[in-house]
Amino acid sequence: MLQDKDRIFTNLYGQNDWRLAGARQRGDWDGTAEILARGRDAIVNEMKGSGLRGRGGAGFPTGVKWSFMPKNSDGRPHYLVINGDESEPGTCKDREILRHEPHKLIESALIASFAMGAHAAYIYIRGEFFNEARHLQIAIDEAYAAGLIGKNAAGSGWDFDFYIHRGAGAYICGEETALLESLEGKKGQPRMKPPFPAAMGLYGCPTTVNNVESIAVSSTILRRGASWFSALGRPNNAGTKLMAISGHVNTPCVFEEELGVPLKEIIEKHGGGVRGGWDNLLAVIPGGCSVPVLPASICETVLMDYDSLRAERSGLGTACMIVMDKSTDIIKAIARFSQFFKHESCGQCTPCREGTGWMMRVMNRMVEGRAEIEEIDMLEQVTRQVEGHTICALGDAAAWPIQGLIRHFRPVMEERITAYKAAHGGGRITQVPLGIPVAAE
Amino acid sequence: MSAHSPIDQIEQPDSFAFDAESEEQIAAILAKYPPERKASGTLPLLYVVQKQMGRQTGSAWVPRVAMDEIARRLEVAPIRVYEVATFYLMFNTKPIGRYHLQVCTTTSCWLRGSDDVVAACKTATGISGFGQSSADGLFTLTEVECLGACANAPILQVDDDFYEDLDGPRTIELIEALRRGERPTPGPMIDRVNSAPEGGRKTLADSPADQG
Repeated sequence: MLQDKDRIFTNLYGQNDWRLAGARQRGDWDGTAEILARGRDAIVNEMKGSGLRGRGGAGFPTGVKWSFMPKNSDGRPHYLVINGDESEPGTCKDREILRHEPHKLIESALIASFAMGAHAAYIYIRGEFFNEARHLQIAIDEAYAAGLIGKNAAGSGWDFDFYIHRGAGAYICGEETALLESLEGKKGQPRMKPPFPAAMGLYGCPTTVNNVESIAVSSTILRRGASWFSALGRPNNAGTKLMAISGHVNTPCVFEEELGVPLKEIIEKHGGGVRGGWDNLLAVIPGGCSVPVLPASICETVLMDYDSLRAERSGLGTACMIVMDKSTDIIKAIARFSQFFKHESCGQCTPCREGTGWMMRVMNRMVEGRAEIEEIDMLEQVTRQVEGHTICALGDAAAWPIQGLIRHFRPVMEERITAYKAAHGGGRITQVPLGIPVAAE
Repeated sequence: MSAHSPIDQIEQPDSFAFDAESEEQIAAILAKYPPERKASGTLPLLYVVQKQMGRQTGSAWVPRVAMDEIARRLEVAPIRVYEVATFYLMFNTKPIGRYHLQVCTTTSCWLRGSDDVVAACKTATGISGFGQSSADGLFTLTEVECLGACANAPILQVDDDFYEDLDGPRTIELIEALRRGERPTPGPMIDRVNSAPEGGRKTLADSPADQG
């Protein structure tokens, strides 16, 4: 498990001063100009060498992403856009960076922008994080006043501006191209790719979109070296990661931990154990609601990293886990996600717009048991028709939790249906009574 | 897609003009974007309107005439502003109460008792369902999707502030305080520092003592 000396976010809980004076004491803004003096290629190579994979859920290598930006400008400006739209149910890690480590983020944004030839960075913060955005704005103002950003940022010779753009309550804007649309003042509806943002992103200019955490760790990686970071974790799953535990544990919290640690140890140490003891565990959703649920038997042994969770047909996602004990109605827990995705579908692609509503209505019946056993298979098939058939991954994200439920908890669903039939006289009664809307709401 | 009432069904004011405080904010906002990309100011200006309405009328919402004014300022067609205002949940296209109670009922909060928070909101305000306002016009209750503070679930957002680690009785206390015109300090409503574990940090041991 991670030792305190290897933690990047040393003011995670805001236990100390989050402003410039406090940040400097923790080592932020120390020799920033020297880091930039290493040059673009050296910085990108160091980031590649660190093995850092994107911290927003997809896990794409950050250094490689940075290297996609054109080496020379064709006259169009380059942009760094930071994705702070943290809205995936279960996920609450970037909030801590925004409100308690804002200078780590601003300094890293300067370095990343320089490495990609960008003189301006925008951070898109979800609208509900009003107070978090306020903290960050105070930190930005401090950095401008101290000459750390702006003209000749931190004495590096590089000009750099940093702006906050607030979202307004749409989960879909966490998708990178929807985010860019929203930043341009439009509805957050994802764009077709290609062209990818590195070729044509914000305002049609080369753009890289990175998660808040992916950016914020880069100043520390460049100070302590790629080999320090890659020595933590496991091969191909390097480094430390902000994680969170919510749900049925004794002490829900946010924390920084090494990748590749057993899930069980994390729950025992940071979460203070499952409510009622480990044997009371029903299931864990390991990384935000879009990754499939894992039953207790897998949680016993699985490691918390990208590849281990993938091997169990789930995913690390944002590494913010939801723990459920045996008192949980697992069907209802997953059905609430279906409601979430139905609410957040942008409405652009038919399979998602109609499919999320359909899946929600069937899931709501599954909660009651007011369904036929065969409908479980039909539901599974419909999730396959939505998955992979939409412009963005929201359709996939809506499908996966249901697939995970059916994969691991099918007997619970069947039992519910059988019980409903027993209580209501069975028979093949129509499942959709008159008056219930059957089309999209 | 969020469910907004058709704009035409709401009683709308006849005019809207930005006040001095708003003008100052608008100048700062438009400086963030390239001059030919003024449309980027759509979301921020909708917030400016909503805040000004809150200041002036006690109800933070965006009337249609204000959307027209934003369109004029940003040199875009009015429909571009209407479609944005109705796409994003946080813009209120009809009047709301003085206090906007936004309760998260998504799974992380539900597992920790958001049903009790919802029930308490209804009991304390007399509101019977989501999307409604209390008879005295003080409160509007909205069901929201994940607020992104799951380690402090369940959460009730009141206007801009998160009240965390709630239960039924603490929610009623909070609403009673709002009714008295008080604004309790946001954050965890139990003895806990932000998102650190209840009972004290388990990491960052050598960090100086908590500053409260």
